[in-house]
Amino acid sequence: MSRLARLGLSGEELEKLAAQLDVIVAAVASLSAADISEVEATAQVGELRNVTRADVPAPGLSAEEALSNAAAQSAGFLRVPAIQ
Amino acid sequence: MTLLEEPIRALARRLRARELSAVELAQEALGRIRALDPAIGAYLRLTPELALEAAARADQALARDPAGASPLCGIPVAYKDVLCTRGVETTAASQILRGFVPPYSATVVERLERLGVVPLGKLNCDEFAMGSSNENSSYQTTRNPWDAGRVPGGSSGGSAAAVAARIACATLGSDTGGSVRLPASFCGVVGVKPTYGRVSRYGLIPFASSLDQIGPLTKTVEDSALVLTAIAGRDPRDSTSVEAPVEGILGQLGAGVKGLRLGIPKEYLKVGIDPSVRSVFDQAAATLERLGAELVEVTLPTTEFALSAYYVIAPAEVSSNLARMDGVRFGPGFEGDTSLREAYDSARHRGFGEEVRRRVTLGTYALSSGYYDAFYLRAQKVRTLVARDFERAFTEVDAIISPTAPTAAFELGERTGDPLAMYATDILTLPANLAGISGISVPAGFAAGLPVGLQVLGPYLGEATCFRVAQSMEEEAKVWRQLPPLSRVTA
Amino acid sequence: MSAAGESAWEAVIGLEVHAQLLTRSKMFCSCRADYLGLPPNSNTCPVCLGLPGSLPVINAEGVRLTMRTALALNCEIPDFTKFDRKNYFYPDLPKGYQISQYDLPLSRAGWLEFEVEGRTVRAGITRVHLEEDTGTLHHSGEIQHAAFSLVDLNRAGVPLMEIVGEPDLRSPAEARAYLATLRQLLVYIGVNDGNMEEGSLRCDANISLRPPGQEELGVKVEIKNMNSFRSVQRALDFELLRQAEVLDQGGRLIQETRGWSELEQRTVSQRTKEEAQEYRYFPEPDLPPLLISRAEVEMVRSQLPELPAARRARFQSQYQLAEAQARLLTGRPGDSAYFEVVVGAGVPPQLAANWQLGDLQGLCNAANLEVGESLVKASALAELLKMVDAQEITTRVAKEVLAQVFEAGGSPAELVQSRGLSQLSDPDQIASLVDQVLPRQAKAAADYQAGNDRALAALVGAVMGLSKGRANPEVVNRLLRERLPRSGG
Repeated sequence: MSRLARLGLSGEELEKLAAQLDVIVAAVASLSAADISEVEATAQVGELRNVTRADVPAPGLSAEEALSNAAAQSAGFLRVPAIQ
Repeated sequence: MTLLEEPIRALARRLRARELSAVELAQEALGRIRALDPAIGAYLRLTPELALEAAARADQALARDPAGASPLCGIPVAYKDVLCTRGVETTAASQILRGFVPPYSATVVERLERLGVVPLGKLNCDEFAMGSSNENSSYQTTRNPWDAGRVPGGSSGGSAAAVAARIACATLGSDTGGSVRLPASFCGVVGVKPTYGRVSRYGLIPFASSLDQIGPLTKTVEDSALVLTAIAGRDPRDSTSVEAPVEGILGQLGAGVKGLRLGIPKEYLKVGIDPSVRSVFDQAAATLERLGAELVEVTLPTTEFALSAYYVIAPAEVSSNLARMDGVRFGPGFEGDTSLREAYDSARHRGFGEEVRRRVTLGTYALSSGYYDAFYLRAQKVRTLVARDFERAFTEVDAIISPTAPTAAFELGERTGDPLAMYATDILTLPANLAGISGISVPAGFAAGLPVGLQVLGPYLGEATCFRVAQSMEEEAKVWRQLPPLSRVTA
Repeated sequence: MSAAGESAWEAVIGLEVHAQLLTRSKMFCSCRADYLGLPPNSNTCPVCLGLPGSLPVINAEGVRLTMRTALALNCEIPDFTKFDRKNYFYPDLPKGYQISQYDLPLSRAGWLEFEVEGRTVRAGITRVHLEEDTGTLHHSGEIQHAAFSLVDLNRAGVPLMEIVGEPDLRSPAEARAYLATLRQLLVYIGVNDGNMEEGSLRCDANISLRPPGQEELGVKVEIKNMNSFRSVQRALDFELLRQAEVLDQGGRLIQETRGWSELEQRTVSQRTKEEAQEYRYFPEPDLPPLLISRAEVEMVRSQLPELPAARRARFQSQYQLAEAQARLLTGRPGDSAYFEVVVGAGVPPQLAANWQLGDLQGLCNAANLEVGESLVKASALAELLKMVDAQEITTRVAKEVLAQVFEAGGSPAELVQSRGLSQLSDPDQIASLVDQVLPRQAKAAADYQAGNDRALAALVGAVMGLSKGRANPEVVNRLLRERLPRSGG
């Protein structure tokens, strides 16, 4: 699971985290006692619907601004280690 | 003792009467920060040049059009470091954003700047707003101005401490499970969680997208009403923001509580509230009754599940929200010869603190196939029940009151070894985030010398009611007239 | 060559097509949607760059164009639809998740009819949904040995429509025909430009084999990186053979993703994206869902343009054209529109069809242009053809004028006028030309009178040449025959 989360945890860290998560998950399992038959899930509160915008382009960031925080760049591109 | 003891309207009057200038006010604030903040640790960074420039512009605006200028013109403020400020480093108190200088500002920052506020700097918080004590900052510790050995509360601990120590007139924090209200309670200041959608989240580094709201922290209720009125309103850049009238918030402030029905949830009083905190609350409730409110017991049966639902939904959303912290477009670069996967892992491992890693992992788990139904989906359904509980209660009462937290500020280090105990700090505040309703914490008194806050919850878009109850409380308790020990500059 | 019949396996193929939408701005922010040719990372904003604190906002036109496509594909559009987050890590995905649609897409359950090998096939469409495109990756040096990958986010956030087809296709040829028909439809309804080379239209395929008559599907292999119709067919041909060989030898196939290598003309197993299947979909909390009213669906439906099949049929019936010509004229919407302008100006349809598909198309092909892109405006072609129809100019002159207008534009009528190219029909004038030619063409004349019909052509040609192509060929013919009577009738 931590691999999916891309956290690079060491073995020792994983063990400690797993133990803590077990406790949390056990506590959270109390959720299963709730009676949720016939209940809709709420992904967002507020009943907003159909919030859209018109298809009009507007200026964004310059290339310099876009790359201003990137640690590694090359000829205007962002640079990352190769995808294998 | 200091100008920063005065509420915003009083300062606004003085500024227009030329009793002081915005530049002088800014200098006073910066001077106090330099003198007091080393012992408090509220500020992560100061922006003195920006402050003085803004103050000079404010002075010009006040001279040109004193009547038309906003009451916030020339007022020194500061922002929790989860709010993007263009050209100013914004870290969310995390190492992974060390050195990140956003090319844009949050909408709330832009709105306040247009009104002429003076930005003092960025405030410490729990990393990515995850925490209840502010001890999860990866940069520094913030101490409670009432007792340096205690936490200011979290995650907007810096925001609360700065107001308490009178080293900012108003601050902005963010509230996902209580992160504005709780530190407000621990630090003896006012803190507001607006109705979800009331205030634009554009530019707020998100924790849990469906729970986050930006809210003001101030000395007085009226100050919070002024700030909230200024930052609220639909933003086309935030699809979850709503257009809703704000006039009632200031307009009804002095309406008092006579004839209001105030609900006290019986489940809230059962959560292990410290006796001295309970005592303050009981007195507050009695005071409100004396002022003409009717106290009614209400029931919110799903309360027992709210904590669990929150600790599934919030980590799930944040695990996704933090996926973009990959070290590519911002953050630490990659060292040496690594594969892409190693690069991601290493940047995130170095960049994220323990609590963040814990919640991201928990959230990833809750969303993965095989667990989605049992955890995430179920939690969202419980959430519906929590919201319905409040809806039902608000047909019987106008507002709901409770202690903001089960205890007053605890000691630094006291709960860091026990995540569950830390999570339970939010038990009275987080249901309001799940339901999206409005809430405010107002100082109600003291327990063993430490501030205790009264939480007032109102219905969806019901801030006006919360504020007027809070205002009544404030007029009686007058906590804001007392100053914490760490707010005194020793010569 | 269809391997299926030879190796006694039935191929089961489904295509997944991604089509960029022709909106002006990106799907969730206001950056331009046309990103080609821009300097890297110069077409971004905090939203599509995935900067912390940025939030998406739905482009209404993206939704409308997807609905239009869904209706053109006979799909059902539900009352309620929403966006979801698809979570995975990849450098071209700045947020670490793609905003897409999971369980409640914009449309489901449609179909597409197409023709292949003389048959009409109807293939099911599983769903059409809306999502955002990723950035682009480039590799320094050879992809296998590159030390770095380079990321350009100009494309990140462009609206992308995903059209998932049911596995109803039974051969690579069917797959190709399905794709060609789908592409034509998308271009016709104005949602996509149909360009596979530039990547605005992309196709992945899923293929499995099973014994004929078996209902259960075999092991499914996904094929990616096919950049043209031809490579789709070739990749599937190759894959079919590869799978059949494995199965024939009693082996087992792995469920995997394979990439088509144009260079090596084969599919190659690809390392799948890490944990590619575990996307942890959940509803996008930053975007409220969409309620779609039936009135809105009907409005989009009423705005659907005439679809290719209907237009083809209409051209046959309305203009009395042969099926082959109708198909060619309606292959591209621009071509059919051009044709209808020409006919609308009063040119007989058959004449217009012959010239548009013949001479004009020939000139255009050589210059790599569509007829509508050439300097021959439809009104100009109409002008020219009306003169042909009225016999004001000869066919030969018309071809020359067409070529001139193609090069330099202008009005055919003016050209004919200014250069005196109008047809010469006055018998006296032609008679005098004949008189000039006959002495010089004594042999041909003699051959003709001796019974050689073909010799007349040389004489006609000579008169035409002398008249600079203007002489009315019929009159020339008649006069020559009168002048050169044959013995014996």
